[in-house]
Amino acid sequence: MKNRRKSTLLLLILAALLLCTVVLSGAALARQAVETDFTRKNLAPCVPFLFGTDWMGRDMLARTLAGLSLSIRVGALTACVSAAIALALGTASAALGGWVDSLVSWLIDLVMGIPHILLILLVSLACGRGLWGVTAGVALTHWPSLARLVRAEVLQLRQAPWLQAARRLGTPPERLARNHLLPHLLPQLLTGLILQFPHAILHEASVTFLGFGLPPDQPAIGVILEESMGYLAAGRWWLALLPGLSLAAAVLLFALIGERLRLLLSPATAQE
Amino acid sequence: MEPILSVEHLSVSFTRYRRGLSRAELSAIRDLSLTVEPGQVAAVAGESGSGKSLLAHAILHILPRNAKAGGSILYDGAPLTPDRAAALRGREISLIPQGITYLDPLLTVGAQLRRGRTDPDTRSRCRKVLERYGLGAETEGLYPFQLSGGMARRVLIAAAVLDSPRLIVADEPTPGLDVKSARRVLGHFRELAEQGAGVLFITHDLKLALSVADKLVVLREGRTVDELPAADFRRGQGLTHPYTRALWQAMPEHRLW
Amino acid sequence: MKHRLQFTAKKLVRMALLLLGVSLTAFLLMDASPLDPLRTNIGQAALGTMSPEQVARLEDYWGVNTPAAERYLGWLSSALRGDLGVSLLYRQPVLTVIGQRLAVSVWLLVFAWALSGALGLALGVLAGSRRGRWPDRLIRGTCLILYSTPSFWLALVLLMIFSVWLRVLPIGLSVPIGGTADSVTLLERLHHAVLPALTLSVAGLPGVALHTREKTADVMDSDYVLFSRARGERGILRRHVVPNVLLPAMTLQFASVGEIIGSSVLVEQVFSYPGLGQAAVSAGLGGDMPLLLGITVITAALVFGGNLTADLLYGVLDPRIRRGAAKG
Repeated sequence: MKNRRKSTLLLLILAALLLCTVVLSGAALARQAVETDFTRKNLAPCVPFLFGTDWMGRDMLARTLAGLSLSIRVGALTACVSAAIALALGTASAALGGWVDSLVSWLIDLVMGIPHILLILLVSLACGRGLWGVTAGVALTHWPSLARLVRAEVLQLRQAPWLQAARRLGTPPERLARNHLLPHLLPQLLTGLILQFPHAILHEASVTFLGFGLPPDQPAIGVILEESMGYLAAGRWWLALLPGLSLAAAVLLFALIGERLRLLLSPATAQE
Repeated sequence: MEPILSVEHLSVSFTRYRRGLSRAELSAIRDLSLTVEPGQVAAVAGESGSGKSLLAHAILHILPRNAKAGGSILYDGAPLTPDRAAALRGREISLIPQGITYLDPLLTVGAQLRRGRTDPDTRSRCRKVLERYGLGAETEGLYPFQLSGGMARRVLIAAAVLDSPRLIVADEPTPGLDVKSARRVLGHFRELAEQGAGVLFITHDLKLALSVADKLVVLREGRTVDELPAADFRRGQGLTHPYTRALWQAMPEHRLW
Repeated sequence: MKHRLQFTAKKLVRMALLLLGVSLTAFLLMDASPLDPLRTNIGQAALGTMSPEQVARLEDYWGVNTPAAERYLGWLSSALRGDLGVSLLYRQPVLTVIGQRLAVSVWLLVFAWALSGALGLALGVLAGSRRGRWPDRLIRGTCLILYSTPSFWLALVLLMIFSVWLRVLPIGLSVPIGGTADSVTLLERLHHAVLPALTLSVAGLPGVALHTREKTADVMDSDYVLFSRARGERGILRRHVVPNVLLPAMTLQFASVGEIIGSSVLVEQVFSYPGLGQAAVSAGLGGDMPLLLGITVITAALVFGGNLTADLLYGVLDPRIRRGAAKG
């Protein structure tokens, strides 16, 4: 049997390395990504241009890397914001109970009731589209499932004998929260955060693709794929295929890590 | 008499993660040996965590996927291979599990006892066996969540004896029952043994074990510490092993003052 | 029975309150938008050439000058009477537009919903019951890959393969250019719906399959499956595992209505499939507030309806609730 902890750690290191490479190269290639050169337009993938070039002679590999780096940064930001919202609302709901609890669960039902794409679209419109629009949209849509998890976890922890004992001993509530609750919540929250990542990246790309996200002058994957639509019939397959494949690969990496961490942390499968 | 079941040097272990990245073999059962004869109630007593349930699962070859078993188990004089165990389960060897969670919540008691068979013979046997344990015909139409704790135990016993087994493995069948119901359950075991079956009664309750058993097997940290006639233990005679003696002395009625 | 009615009534009240919340949220979000519907639809240049009266009339039409609270209350009172206003882009009542679009989308949605549900369930049970062995690895791996694939990109790839490369299926538009909706035959419609329906089904599949796999694995580890094995039962999968997996899977399936509608927005956009999703995108890009509000409320009603159906079905299928309710 494989040692799952070791392979997960390896995967994590690999992902972190890849992440750094993509983000750094994306930032470094920001200029190449928008640089046009009409002497080399519409090239199929070849040696200097591995992903080919588009109708303005822009290097698709540079555009893809820049787009991925943008996606990953937006994904990280939105996942963190939505995890923070989930932590705040989930603990408030569990700790305060009563009408706060009812309100939070009503809010959760509300957000779950509108298809995510539609809600992100609405929030993005409210913020005037662009980077902030799509970031706010994705962040405000993704917290409910994690908030439910946090709420259930806190409710369960509150019943735990060691916590009851600490409370009886007169530990102040903020110490109780910091020393006892947070360490138990953190692994769950981190896994939740990583599991949000794929969703966040995919939703950002989708909303940008629809024209409600990042503006067309940005080399976002959504923009690249939207532009490629016009050249499908012309047979320029590389414009859509390779950037999309790279996005899927990046998302898969995060999905795999999230899945592995979840398996390791869940008591039912931790020892397999 | 020739034993119906003999377990020799059984071991069961799991691979567990330690702190950090390394793994270690965790032995739940290290060296367990015992025999059960027909017509005998053999009680296996040990503190919780001494691998008692795993013993039951090992005999039936239904251990969890990540468990490794060693040693040998003989049934009726021949090794109990996985294939043989699969053929004998529910025919000659029966398990009486711990509680209500061993019943499918979505099926009625009758449907579960009959295992999907609907022929008149099975139906009448099912009704008879429920009757034997004081459960009316209406029990067949109940779902597990509608059973009381005592009823659930009796249904589980009924499920085990439906096929007139030669070996019954009872895994902690009494916790949560009041003393009266527990004694009644044990009475049923005695009765089954008198009809010729071998009964392996696994429990952490030494006092309860002594009230019904012919033979006592003392388990500690996954090892057989002692195997002795229950009558000897009751009288406090011939307790050669220090752990057994300590157990005997720890029982309230044997305290010196 | 009384218990069941009370339960349903309570759920319906909650649903109504949620719908009110959805409409208010959507309204406030659209109202907060700094994008000027006049400029997005008529264009800065055209506006410059118009007389102030013309601009004022247009502003009236797009509702720029009325206070927000007044507009919302006005919308709400007519919505309660069954009138969701007039779409600014299509110049038709919102309900008519939604009705037409939904009629086009509904086959796509129902087909994808049923196919991904059934196939996902079958694959999930197969993987969960063979945990750790090759069918499980294969199914889980495939599902994770599909799950990570953007549905609109998948749509693009399928278009490239079937329409551009193999030329067996049309590129888009469920109605040929120049034809009216009535003139298309059923066969043509089907022809145009194949790729969108396929993409939508594939997009919905991994979620259902992975969830079912987890549930199946849990049930396989349950005490009652262990006991059935100990009793030498045959057909454990059919008798014990599938029924116990079916209940939560069904709940998830009815709760996934929102997800499939969400994916349809993207897929319809790629295939230029003139359904509800495409209308939502046009309404959003064109600042057609009544239509977008209407679509949001109607889809939310569909989602809540799905949840309610799941709750009610659970009450019928799960003996713990059915008998429990009968006793109380």
